[in-house]
Amino acid sequence: MTEDFVPLDGNAAAGTLRRIFAFDATAASVVCRTCSSSGPLAELSFFGRPGALVLRCRSCEAVNVRALETDTHLNLDLSGISLLKVGSPAGEAQ
Amino acid sequence: MIEQLPWREAVASKFSVETDAVKTISLDVRDWPGHRAGQHVDVRLTADDGYVAQRSYSLGTRAGTAQSIDLTVERVPDGEVSPFLHDVLQVGEAIEVRGPIGGYFTWEPNAERPLMLVAGGSGIVPLMSMLRTWAAAPVRPQAALLYSSRSQGHIIYRGELDELRDRNDAFRLSHSLTRGTPPDWRGETGRIGRATLERHGFAPLENPAIYVCGPTPFVEAISEALLGIGHQEQAVRTERFGPSGGGA
Repeated sequence: MTEDFVPLDGNAAAGTLRRIFAFDATAASVVCRTCSSSGPLAELSFFGRPGALVLRCRSCEAVNVRALETDTHLNLDLSGISLLKVGSPAGEAQ
Repeated sequence: MIEQLPWREAVASKFSVETDAVKTISLDVRDWPGHRAGQHVDVRLTADDGYVAQRSYSLGTRAGTAQSIDLTVERVPDGEVSPFLHDVLQVGEAIEVRGPIGGYFTWEPNAERPLMLVAGGSGIVPLMSMLRTWAAAPVRPQAALLYSSRSQGHIIYRGELDELRDRNDAFRLSHSLTRGTPPDWRGETGRIGRATLERHGFAPLENPAIYVCGPTPFVEAISEALLGIGHQEQAVRTERFGPSGGGA
C-alpha cells in the first residue's frame, strides 16, 4: 500500500461530504449506533482516501460512515450512526 | 447533481524548499473562492491510463481571497502523490484541486480567546495558516505555538516563526526537539508533555482555543495531556496526519 503523509481523521472526509450536505458535516456531532459514544465527525478514524472512505468510531471501531464518490455519483452510508447533530456546540474552540 | 465543490485547475507557480523532505508548492487557482485558516484542499492527479490518485493537503496560506494558495507537502518515499508534487510537477503545469474544505478545524480572528497551537512535524501546516492569519488580523488575542520536531533541520517555517516571535510580544514560541539537539539548544527536548504544555501554553482559566495537529499518536498524547491539566474537551480541536496506507 502506498503511503502519503495526509490527514487521517474525519477532517479528510469533509470534501466528499460537502458534495451532499449543504454545510460542513465535519463539525457535526455523531452518535455511534454500536456503542453510543458521541463526538465530532471530524474526530472519527479515517480509512481509505478522499472519495472512497470509511470513518470508524474511535471507541469501538465500528464503521460509522462509508462514502464512495465518482464524477457523477455519490453513495453515502450513514447507517453506522444513530444520530447526526448539527449546530454550535457549547464552548466550541473560537 | 448540483456541484457545490467543483474541481478547479491549479497551476504551479513556485516551489520553495522548507526542509530536506518538505516543499511548499504555490498554486494559482482562477476563481479561488477564498478560505479560512486551517482549511484544506483535496488534490487529484489523473494518469494517462486513467488512474486517479487523490489526497488532502492543508493550506498554509493565511485566510483570504488571494488567487494564490500554498500547499506545504512532505515527500514520502512510497507515496502516490507527494513524490509527483516534489519531483515531477513543473512551474506552469496544472493539477486539480477541490476546496476550500473543512469547517471544524478552522480559526477566525477574534480577541476573545487566546490562541494555543500544538504542532507535531507536518502538522504545523494548518496551524501556520492560523498563525499567518493571526499576524495579519486587525483584532487578535495572545497566541502561543508549541512545535515538536525531530531535529532543528526538521523545523518547517523556522525563519518565519523566529521573525514572528521577534516582532510580536503577543506571540510565544516554544520548540521541542525529540531526536537530536544542537550544542547551544535552549528549547525543550523530548516529547511535549503536561509540563511543557503548562510552561508554554495558556492555562485553562485563560479559556484558550486549542488546536492540535500532527501524527495520530502525537495528537492522542497531547489531547490526553491537555485534559490532564484541566482543559475542557470542547476547547480542543484536533487534526490527525499520517501515512494514508492504513487508518488512524
